[in-house]
Amino acid sequence: MKKLESSLKNMLLVLTGITVLSVAILAYFNELTKEPIAQANMKILNDALMSVVPGFDNNPVADSDTIYKMKGEVKTVDFIIYPAKKDGEWVGTAVQSVSLGFGGDMTVLVGFDSEGKIYDYSLLSHAETPGLGSKADVWFKKGEPGDIIGQNPGDKPLSVDKDGGEVNSITASTITTRAFLNAVNAAYKAYLTGEVEGVSGATESAIDSEITATENKE
Amino acid sequence: MNNLKVLMNGIIKENPIFVLLLGMCPTLGTTSSAMNGLGMGLATLFVLVCSNVVISLVKNIIPDAVRIPSYIVIIASFVTLLQMAMQAYVPALYSTLGLFIPLIVVNCIVLGRAESFAAKNTPLSSLFDGLGMGLGFTLALTLLGSVRELLGTGKIFEIVVFPEHYGMLLFVLAPGAFIALGYLIAIINKFKKA
Amino acid sequence: MSNKLTVSLSPHIHGGDSVQKNMYGVLIALIPAFIVSLVFFGLGALIVTVTSVAACVFFEWVITTLFLKKERSTIADGSAIITGVLLAFNLPSNLPIWIIVLGALFAIGVAKMSFGGLGNNPFNPALAGRVFLLLSFPVQMTTWPVVGQLTTYADATTGATPLALMKGIINGAPGASFDQLPDSISLLIGNNAGCIGEVSAIALILGLVYMLWRKIITWHIPISILGTVFIVAGVMHWANPSIYASPVVHLLTGGLLLGAIFMATDYVTSPMTSKGMIIYGVAIGFLTIMIRQFGAYPEGMSFAILIMNAFTPLINAYIKPKRFGEVAKKK
Repeated sequence: MKKLESSLKNMLLVLTGITVLSVAILAYFNELTKEPIAQANMKILNDALMSVVPGFDNNPVADSDTIYKMKGEVKTVDFIIYPAKKDGEWVGTAVQSVSLGFGGDMTVLVGFDSEGKIYDYSLLSHAETPGLGSKADVWFKKGEPGDIIGQNPGDKPLSVDKDGGEVNSITASTITTRAFLNAVNAAYKAYLTGEVEGVSGATESAIDSEITATENKE
Repeated sequence: MNNLKVLMNGIIKENPIFVLLLGMCPTLGTTSSAMNGLGMGLATLFVLVCSNVVISLVKNIIPDAVRIPSYIVIIASFVTLLQMAMQAYVPALYSTLGLFIPLIVVNCIVLGRAESFAAKNTPLSSLFDGLGMGLGFTLALTLLGSVRELLGTGKIFEIVVFPEHYGMLLFVLAPGAFIALGYLIAIINKFKKA
Repeated sequence: MSNKLTVSLSPHIHGGDSVQKNMYGVLIALIPAFIVSLVFFGLGALIVTVTSVAACVFFEWVITTLFLKKERSTIADGSAIITGVLLAFNLPSNLPIWIIVLGALFAIGVAKMSFGGLGNNPFNPALAGRVFLLLSFPVQMTTWPVVGQLTTYADATTGATPLALMKGIINGAPGASFDQLPDSISLLIGNNAGCIGEVSAIALILGLVYMLWRKIITWHIPISILGTVFIVAGVMHWANPSIYASPVVHLLTGGLLLGAIFMATDYVTSPMTSKGMIIYGVAIGFLTIMIRQFGAYPEGMSFAILIMNAFTPLINAYIKPKRFGEVAKKK
């Protein structure tokens, strides 16, 4: 078969043909993988939730509340609050919080029990230096050097030893540690608003002012 | 040229990383561990084989003047397919390689093979070329990833060789990628000459 | 090679300059700083310096004889010894021996011999070795023993350097204030925590005076670096004295003097013309202050010099001396 000539008609036909074909295939495949992708993401979030709050039997994702700011048309999510309930009774809250680390945004899911103590946490995403800041994923867990489990940021905001606090800094990664603890402290404030407002009934603006109120108390 | 020769050509004689030096961005960016190198290599292998075969099949109906945009559309389609599949079925690997998967579209080795091989040869030998080049790429990335992981953290594929305390962190960071790649190429050239 | 060079015609007189002579001149200039380091860090300084020099000379010998198969090794020219001393001067005095050996291997093997040995290396080998260690072993490389522990080595008590304190103030760390900085006299004689060779300003300046007197280096690079640092730090201090330390403190702390006098002036990796040297020096000074005030690391001297090492060929290409007899072009 001879090669098609590069005439305008041929070029238009071929390019349109290829584009239409690939769009069709991709659209079909997108339909096909939509469900598994959503499920995979859901599973990651659920696993994280499962590990950071005490056993629950409700669906925290369905009950979740988002605290966001409007900057013009752009919506920036500050916190997502996931309340955990067992037999209808509130047992704890997981808060997703973001903070600027050494290499970029660091997203942390912190779980608090009903007394406001840190139950556990999970590092959802980060861009810290491998081998240094990236140790944050286990550094603050129970029995690790920077153990924060069981502490209540309401008694005293957590801060790193280099800043006069009590949490041991990740070796050679004070900035990461500081960012992580900021995220945890911020999450606690968001947790408080959830507790005060009874979570589900809260309107966005009410939560916002509630946060300011908490800040003013300090 | 028989197909076996085409296959071996990609793995050894014209290894995309150590000889052609094509596709350096993902090579340097993703090889912080052996597993990541292997994953990236296999992802590229898949795209290479698919795009080579398809381009070789349709080479005669594509007019010369628009062949580059056409190839790019074909390659980009496969990459998007791969991205969605990985997101759905291997989310853990996707979260570590995520940023680099879309970049396979502009990986020189994929377009390079399409232009210099698939556009001139039969679908069958294009398949072998894609396989050979992809395997060569995978081997090189896994080797580089292993070296960096070993020197940086004392492990290969997460298996501890020496205590992490003695690891030279530099090799996990970006400058270590350049240094390790340079020395690997030097060593391989030395052996090829001998 | 120099003794094989036979020149005929015209009677020539040899200037008496040689690689050896310059290298040993630099070594003599480093002696005061070494003595001060022995006084303040004692045994640790001795162990680190001896290990580093021995390892550098050993690796140079191994590579030249076993890998490059040269008839005569180049260890006698003194450049490996200088690399060893400078590398040691940039390390804390309680660094484990195996880390020093790795640093020496990187400095000589990767930064120098891979590029073809003395004269061909684009980056200062000692600095490349130090930065390699800093990135690879950040924990060990950023804990400095406090001065005065003469007989301890590995288990010395550590303390914050003045630069780390200054960084803390910029970051707003509670409890950090300029009152905790050692006074200028301490900084001048070297009574503060830091790398072995960088603590004593007076000893380093003595070295500078000696090298200027023996014409081993010219004034352009050190003075332009120090001047730029003084001016930029001065402007920032003037704008906000509560968080930016005074320019005098900047001049006297960290590796600034060591770098400006001994590392940035390395013949191989610095520009050849005096105009080029001044551009190079100003850029190093500016980058150093930028990294110190805004970067993630407390000290920016080594990074600044390495960055400008990379620009040296470019500076050399654009700033050429006038050819003899050249007439300025008409415009």
